[in-house]
Amino acid sequence: MSRGPGVRVGVDVGGTNTDAVVLAADLTLLAKAKVPTTENVLDGVRDALAAAMGAAEVGPADVHHVMVSTTHATNALIRRRGLRRVAVLRIGAPATLGISVLSAWPQDVRDAVVAASEIVRGGAEVSGVPIVPLDVAAIERFARSAAGEADAFSVTGVFSPVTSEDEVIAREIIRSVAGDVPVSMSHEVGTIGLADRESASALNAALTAVTQEVVDGVAEALRTLKIAARLYVAQNDGTLMAADWAVRCPVLTIGSGPASSMRGAAYLSSLADAVVVDIGGTSTDIGVLTGGMPRSSASAIEIGGVRANFRMPDLLSLGLGGGSVVRMGPGGVVAGPDSVGGALTRSALVFGGDVPTLSDMAVARGRLTLGDPALAAAVDERLHAVLDTVDARLAESIERIQRSSVNCPVVVVGGAGGLMTEVPPGCSELIRPAHHDVANAVGAAVAMISREVDEVVPAGMDGREERLERLYQRARERTIAAGADPAGVEIAAVHETPLAYLLDPAVRIRVKAVGPLPGKAIS
Amino acid sequence: MFGTWKADRRLARLRAVQIDEENLEAYALGCGLLGGGGGGETRTAVLMAREAIREHGPIEVAGLGDLADDDFLMPCGLLGAPTVSLEKVPARDEGDRLVAAVQELTGRAVAALMCVEIGGSNGLFPLIWAVRRGLPVVDADGAGRAFPQLLQMSMHVTGVPVAPVVLTDERHNVVTLGGEITTHWAERLCRSTAVAFGGRACAAMFTMDAKQARRAAVTGSVSHALSLGELLVRHRTDPFGALSEKPGVVVLARGKIADVVRVTQGGFARGSAIVHGTGDDRGRMIRVEFQNENLVAIEDGQVVATTPTVICLLDDTTAEAVATEELQFGQRVAVVLLPCDDVWHSPEGLEVAGPRAFGYDIDVTRPAGVR
Repeated sequence: MSRGPGVRVGVDVGGTNTDAVVLAADLTLLAKAKVPTTENVLDGVRDALAAAMGAAEVGPADVHHVMVSTTHATNALIRRRGLRRVAVLRIGAPATLGISVLSAWPQDVRDAVVAASEIVRGGAEVSGVPIVPLDVAAIERFARSAAGEADAFSVTGVFSPVTSEDEVIAREIIRSVAGDVPVSMSHEVGTIGLADRESASALNAALTAVTQEVVDGVAEALRTLKIAARLYVAQNDGTLMAADWAVRCPVLTIGSGPASSMRGAAYLSSLADAVVVDIGGTSTDIGVLTGGMPRSSASAIEIGGVRANFRMPDLLSLGLGGGSVVRMGPGGVVAGPDSVGGALTRSALVFGGDVPTLSDMAVARGRLTLGDPALAAAVDERLHAVLDTVDARLAESIERIQRSSVNCPVVVVGGAGGLMTEVPPGCSELIRPAHHDVANAVGAAVAMISREVDEVVPAGMDGREERLERLYQRARERTIAAGADPAGVEIAAVHETPLAYLLDPAVRIRVKAVGPLPGKAIS
Repeated sequence: MFGTWKADRRLARLRAVQIDEENLEAYALGCGLLGGGGGGETRTAVLMAREAIREHGPIEVAGLGDLADDDFLMPCGLLGAPTVSLEKVPARDEGDRLVAAVQELTGRAVAALMCVEIGGSNGLFPLIWAVRRGLPVVDADGAGRAFPQLLQMSMHVTGVPVAPVVLTDERHNVVTLGGEITTHWAERLCRSTAVAFGGRACAAMFTMDAKQARRAAVTGSVSHALSLGELLVRHRTDPFGALSEKPGVVVLARGKIADVVRVTQGGFARGSAIVHGTGDDRGRMIRVEFQNENLVAIEDGQVVATTPTVICLLDDTTAEAVATEELQFGQRVAVVLLPCDDVWHSPEGLEVAGPRAFGYDIDVTRPAGVR
């Protein structure tokens, strides 16, 4: 029987499990599947897809869109694995010489990533006019000398978020000299702040191989299953980008896991404003939904020892999960931060193992139904009390992340979402929606396409409308380039921040456009 | 001058303060606090300072008391929009050009540099220029905090002439104001020059002898910023407990930002942030009015503190200063009040730096604990 057309499949390639969900064109969930993640991505994705599609009774021809959420870029960065060697170019001399290229990077990341670096003359003022003429000859020399050493380039120009011209010219020169290598342009991945954006752009170049591998793996799995669908990748603001864009901007996938879970929580609970608690096997991420989207963080982030300024969801993370090990500490019973992780079904007490975990205590207290409850009931009762400590830690974090004193609901999702049953103080209710265990994959499947622009423009009222319209247009164009249906693209958010200490006032404007998937998709 | 600063100054003389790679972050943390929401972020300057220290060694900080009466001092710093420097990072040789131009204009050798203001990034740039030039920086500044205008420098309040003024950019352009000029006029010319340079200028002004500076400058600023920052570093797990125990410092409340409103009015960015108390402060609501810096704190319709008291919004976890430009809905912050130098509570000081100087028709207010 055919359930199509217009079916969407969401896939969450996690560290432990690969989840797949199948959604009908009207976004009702038809089936879900959970399989162990495999080393080569392909096998796990193929098995999860096949299982979910089989259960949903949909054929390959019914599937029009496949959305993937992956933590591979984050993991590669933390483990320093699979990173490309990058030639890092800055366009900014004679300004910016006060800090060397990637000044703040730890030596081991620098050794792993940087093949060559140089600062050439050029760049723009805040107004967009050139500081000094661009030194094209120096860019050509750099490209020539680095071409043999590097397998990717990163280009960062002063005030490129205002005008990207120098970066685009540099990329053309590099491509003409070094051939068809990945060239990361900082204005595509980072925001105002040269040092952090240079860092984001270089990381981005280094990670292009990782997302390429994931996208290739998924594409191969789709071919094996004879699915000819469009492929999208989840980004860290809870929206999607086309797969080729993800290969170009891998840093935008960093933090996409929690972001997708939050979008999934919004969809499954039908709530637009809530605190979301995503409890996995090892850790718990707590974030805030505003208007159905994850609230983004105000500050730059640090990951794998490198600070960069690409946007991330605002999260509090706790080392608590279903597999967290429970033991008596000097000050009483404690859980985590160590976890049995993916070995829960072998190591936990309720499965006949010998490691007391948080899941065992939840079973003993009747919060979870898992394994053999008799095995958990036999545990020292003092250990059960760890759940009170866990409730208190969750409540404290929830209070810290909520934006006002207004009581709002809490949505609990994640594979170990069953752990949390108590409504924290200051919250109106606790909701654990159906299919909460696959919220991440659902979030990816229901998401829309989005891109942002971030610029500094004069703040005077003269021509303000035209300036805003130009930014809106640029955001729309980028969103369409990232895979959205041109007919449905809308401006979703505008943030204006006047800059301090300027006689001639200027304002930093961030514009975000959002659009639906093309074709039969429903927004 | 209040007690803690005197103690810091004595300490400074005993151990000859240096800023090195080890204490640089702590010092920058202190400068951020003293910025009171303004003065620009310190991260870019910290990166520059670290490289300068690696190349030239630690930055020497000289007490004003250790200098000869006629040692010639050059106060300096960046003028314009801090956001510009975040992107158009300065080069390395701006300080050299400022020193060369001042020496040529005055015919005197510069003995030490001084921060025009200690708050924010201007607590760092003069140190970078000093170490690259092989000069010390003095343990003093022109504000003890951050203020937006030349009029709000202690040297102006105490009658030190502003000229000669030197401004330079990264393209080796130098503008000098070497004739008869008032601080008001210099302020306008400097501001216009900074805009013409692309939103920022590196500047030197209010040059003076050490003897003059002992009377005209806010002394002990560098060691004060360092001791504040070191306090926060030492008490990473409870920075606010440590701050509240420091004499003269008040931790007003901890909470989260429930609203930020911004308008650009007459060329100045103005706004206000509403902080809703959390934890022990649940139920409290504090409004902070800001322009470039935080200027007024109001609770339940009562003015709790005004400029010139340093009003800080600090990250509730790290106690790092949050600049007024970075304030965002939902941020978790603490409202902390730090005392300012006594010069700002003199009639001349209040005239340029009290609430009325910033357009608020209210009397100067500081809580009993802040002095």
